[in-house]
Amino acid sequence: MNQTWQIRRMESNISTSLLIRGGRVIDPANDFDGVADVLVIDGRIAAVKPDIKFSTDYEYDATGKLVTPGLIDMHVHLREPGQEAKEDFLSGSKAAAAGGFTTIATMPNTSPAVDNAALVRAMVKRAEEVGIVNVKIIGAVTKGRHGQELAEMRDMIAAGAVAFSDDGNFDDNAKIFLNALDYLHNTDKVIICHEEETTLVEGGVMNEGKRSALLGLKGRPTVAEDIAVARDCLLAEYSGGRVHIAHISSARAVDIVREAKRRGVKVTAEVTPQHLTMTEDEVNPADASTKINPPLRTQADCDACLTGLIDGTIDAIVTDHSPHAPEEKDREYIYAPSGFPGLETCIGVLFTELYHKGKIDLRTLISKMTAEPANIFKLDGGNLSIDAPADITIIDPELVWTVDAKKFYTKGSHSPFIGRQFKGRAVATIVHGNLMKLNQW
Amino acid sequence: MSNEDAVSLFGKSVVALKNFSAEEIHLVLNTARKMKQIIRRGGDKKLPNLRGKAIVNLFYEPSTRTRTSFELAGKYLGADVVSINSGTSSIVKGESLRDTLRTIEAMGVDAIVMRHKAEGAADFATQVVKPIIINAGDGAHAHPSQALLDLFTIEQRKGRLVGLKVVIVGDILHSRVARSDVYAMTKMGMNVHLAGPKTLLPRFFEFDGVTLHESVDEAIQGADVINVLRIQLERQQAGLFPSTREYARVFGINDDRLRLAADDVLILHPGPQNKGLEISSEVTYGERSAIQEQVQNGVAVRMALLDLTLNGGTNS
Repeated sequence: MNQTWQIRRMESNISTSLLIRGGRVIDPANDFDGVADVLVIDGRIAAVKPDIKFSTDYEYDATGKLVTPGLIDMHVHLREPGQEAKEDFLSGSKAAAAGGFTTIATMPNTSPAVDNAALVRAMVKRAEEVGIVNVKIIGAVTKGRHGQELAEMRDMIAAGAVAFSDDGNFDDNAKIFLNALDYLHNTDKVIICHEEETTLVEGGVMNEGKRSALLGLKGRPTVAEDIAVARDCLLAEYSGGRVHIAHISSARAVDIVREAKRRGVKVTAEVTPQHLTMTEDEVNPADASTKINPPLRTQADCDACLTGLIDGTIDAIVTDHSPHAPEEKDREYIYAPSGFPGLETCIGVLFTELYHKGKIDLRTLISKMTAEPANIFKLDGGNLSIDAPADITIIDPELVWTVDAKKFYTKGSHSPFIGRQFKGRAVATIVHGNLMKLNQW
Repeated sequence: MSNEDAVSLFGKSVVALKNFSAEEIHLVLNTARKMKQIIRRGGDKKLPNLRGKAIVNLFYEPSTRTRTSFELAGKYLGADVVSINSGTSSIVKGESLRDTLRTIEAMGVDAIVMRHKAEGAADFATQVVKPIIINAGDGAHAHPSQALLDLFTIEQRKGRLVGLKVVIVGDILHSRVARSDVYAMTKMGMNVHLAGPKTLLPRFFEFDGVTLHESVDEAIQGADVINVLRIQLERQQAGLFPSTREYARVFGINDDRLRLAADDVLILHPGPQNKGLEISSEVTYGERSAIQEQVQNGVAVRMALLDLTLNGGTNS
């Protein structure tokens, strides 16, 4: 079965209308779950109700499929500027569209780091010029991401930055991090924190545990994450600032966030499909595709992350899409860079491993990728409200497909999911009314 | 070993002893015994077994005994052996491991003996190229020929392996020798104990038949064999122990401490040694030490490995 996406840029200023017929509409923000038609006119949602009678330019028969607000992924690495061999805004946003995402936010750990307004402005312009989906820009917290001096975050807000992060690094200097929280206090911007205490993970390439002990690979212990998460929860509490915990992976860290939320700390958290479903047992030192930071943990950690996701401790699912050039990943485990591309496999993993196994309900799952991230980052989207931007994802929950790296839109080649058979896939992605779809012959 | 005839290592790469059965290990040890006789017989040591075979020693890390030992093993068996050191090859020009391996393969090589800093490098090599890969050490993961020569030395001196208490002392955390010994020795029915300061023991280490000790004195009670590992001086700078003086006093193997072990305890050390740190001179040069013998046995074991994998062990 040939499966090819039709991905194209929207032709602006052309009035169009689209009717999505007969799908199961799941719109957690509006507490809606039922079969309905969705009418889109000129890039906005015009109506959501059963049996719409309206003559439109395009129709999409969504019978048997899920119609959700466009999926949002607030943690991707599009690698611009400077690392275009790994990914760029065009390849990365095509991958997003193919994975069902209509909005993604790209991290500033680039070369140079996106740590000033001029670069943010340039990236916003790039996103407008070549982005297939909505690409949001995250700025660095500190200059050069060195953790020494605050970056000009208020200038970056004015230039369009949606959040701040020194992702890839933990900000060791607690005073600088506290300053960052204070400095952003009266803005609505959140700091996304990579939580691994630096000295405890130095040289580490996988979870410190039974498997690293036998393989001889240097470990990155969960306690490094727990310490970092605890510190940042305490600093958020102390300052009244907002902290968002990136890619949480340790069971103890989930407990710490749960406890902090109970006390009213302004902390939110995200988790990746890989940290929900994969363990250190899958690490093969002859294949660097499983090398990520924080590393794959244990089944107990996966279970705790899932529990946290369902009980509301963890607010969002992100892919941490981290593509690298093939030659960078095709080498010794200890030398290969961390990260793998996740945009195109996310729905497949989540539906196969969680939804179809009865571990999560659809409303919760969709909410973690739409309404909740939109709320954390104050985005105009994540719902199917009337007059909202017509960013919509259509998912076939039963479509069985096999991950094939040759069909990736991302430039990233190494994914631990290659060759896996999944059940569930995005079959159409609509950005501002522009329908892109997976054709099947 | 009645079923030994059915066991063959022909065409098999040697990445880690985890993948070896007890029968396969017996086969290597028995073949090594024959090879040792050839080394010791004097006169012409050269066998025709691997005539026409080409072996490349690809060493990304410095090594004296392992590299020389593999080189001589290949030459004694009649193979053509070339050694490549990372410092004097295209590796310094930034060539990837995959490309280096493919280049060597293209020259018609039958086996690649590989030493690399990265755990999993030898396994990676087996996926990339067709020649037989012999792992001569990959990071802290495995060093199968060392573990086999340890077993061979113990068997030669003790006459048996089953039921012996062996204690591996020192920097277990960073040791590929310890990890290979653990797999090999437990398979052969030995009771394995690992001892050292907790900073040099791997956390979460769980293995059937293996006991960890933070006290060397406790571990070596009644030991039949003690394998003393090298302590690298940079471990002190990394803050894993405070001084060489204190390490020697608390964890070093000396005659006084050996009173706790069995009277006929056998002392092994993979080398190179730090005399006065992990091991005292009296112990190294004492009659319970088999450290010098290990070196000769190393050549015999490596001849056995090359002959069995490249030649199936015929004519030996």
